[in-house]
Amino acid sequence: MIDKIRDTLRQHARLNRDVSAISVDADLYACGLTSHATVNLMLGLEDTFQVEFPERMLRRRTFETIANIRDSIAELGTGLPVSKS
Amino acid sequence: MPITVLSRSFGALERAQRIGLEIAAPFADAVDKDARFPTEALDALRTERMLGIFIPTEFGGGGCSIADLSAICATLGQYCSATAMIYAMHQIQIACIVRHGADSSFFATYLAELADTQALIASATSEIGVGGDVRSSVCAIEHDDGSFSLAKRAPVISYGEYADAILATARRTPDAPPNDQVLALLKRDEFTLTQTSGWDTLGFRGTCSPAFTLTATAPDDHILPASYADISSQTMLPVSHIVWSSLWLGIATAAVGRARGYIRAEARKSPGKTPAASVRLAEVVSRLQGMRALVNDSVRDYESIMHDADALSAMNFAIRMNNLKLSCSTSVVDIVSQSLLICGMAGYRADSKFSLGRLLRDAYGAALMINNDRIYGANAAMLLVSKDD
Repeated sequence: MIDKIRDTLRQHARLNRDVSAISVDADLYACGLTSHATVNLMLGLEDTFQVEFPERMLRRRTFETIANIRDSIAELGTGLPVSKS
Repeated sequence: MPITVLSRSFGALERAQRIGLEIAAPFADAVDKDARFPTEALDALRTERMLGIFIPTEFGGGGCSIADLSAICATLGQYCSATAMIYAMHQIQIACIVRHGADSSFFATYLAELADTQALIASATSEIGVGGDVRSSVCAIEHDDGSFSLAKRAPVISYGEYADAILATARRTPDAPPNDQVLALLKRDEFTLTQTSGWDTLGFRGTCSPAFTLTATAPDDHILPASYADISSQTMLPVSHIVWSSLWLGIATAAVGRARGYIRAEARKSPGKTPAASVRLAEVVSRLQGMRALVNDSVRDYESIMHDADALSAMNFAIRMNNLKLSCSTSVVDIVSQSLLICGMAGYRADSKFSLGRLLRDAYGAALMINNDRIYGANAAMLLVSKDD
């Protein structure tokens, strides 16, 4: 799952550094994630994982780190195994 | 009819009313005509300790609420738009320091100093080269042995020449991305302003908001500890939209007041006959009530979650606060225009007590400060994923 999240970040988040080098706990906003790019990231994640983020998840914290994204998607239940790697 | 609900009474609203009526109003036309700073009203607000009104009482301030600020701005807005805007912008800066600096020993001391001196704080958030996006900076903080330096080209700094301090945004370091910003306090003896444009505008002429090049050197602890991303979403944006909308409500209220006065005068001339434009008055009064209701509802909305950082970062909250700005900035133009139709030539004349020219010119500024198209664009993007209203 982390790899897929990184792929989606690469495609949509327009970060200012190599996504592979960003740790799962690093602050993505400090890596250049803007509020506009967050919307594209959400759309990309919804498409990749076939989920829909409910309104309560549409806040800064949900998309702050790769780990938070992973936990949110896991909570929504994609059927994909949750990888901690 | 009260402008808005005052949650607690400190006599502050009465003081604002008196300063507005007795000091701001008599100079409003001269301030507008000469595009000069409303010195008399700001001196009075300082003397009456209205500048530190939002600082908590533990620091020696007035301890008032956002609802109080909203009511004060709406009151001042009825008498002099420039005075109200300067006052509102100052309170936005105070709110940022109160809510994001009180834990820092420097800012705690500074808040007490502000309450004591009633200093006026300006804002330097916009910058040449970022296309109007205040969440991006070109300039950066450069640290050097316990202090930092900063050089910023600002397309506007409202009342910069008259401010005792400026809060400026900048990238955290020279290596930081454009949106990794901090907010730094620069006191009068720590900054230099070089004016690079004039200020001869359609409205809000007394805010004296030309372009400046700002250079500053200040101690490191003058940087607010929170990231600007948090300060912006939790405080600066919602408070800005609330206090601006409140003063636009004041402008709209003043315009409707003139329309009412005109219709009453007409009715007295011909008792028994309802003046033709009275239907328009009924219409505009209903519009004004809607605007007031939106301002008050937004104040309650913000106050109900203002201490919940997570809730404040929610997309639907951002959309609602943006809608407050979009709606009120449009309503104020509509309401003043309708009032002009009611007053007719008496409103069109610049020398009548029903004159609406200045109010209409000021009203047109509302959609431009943080351009409505930018805000509609932001909401449009968020609505691609947001589901709630």
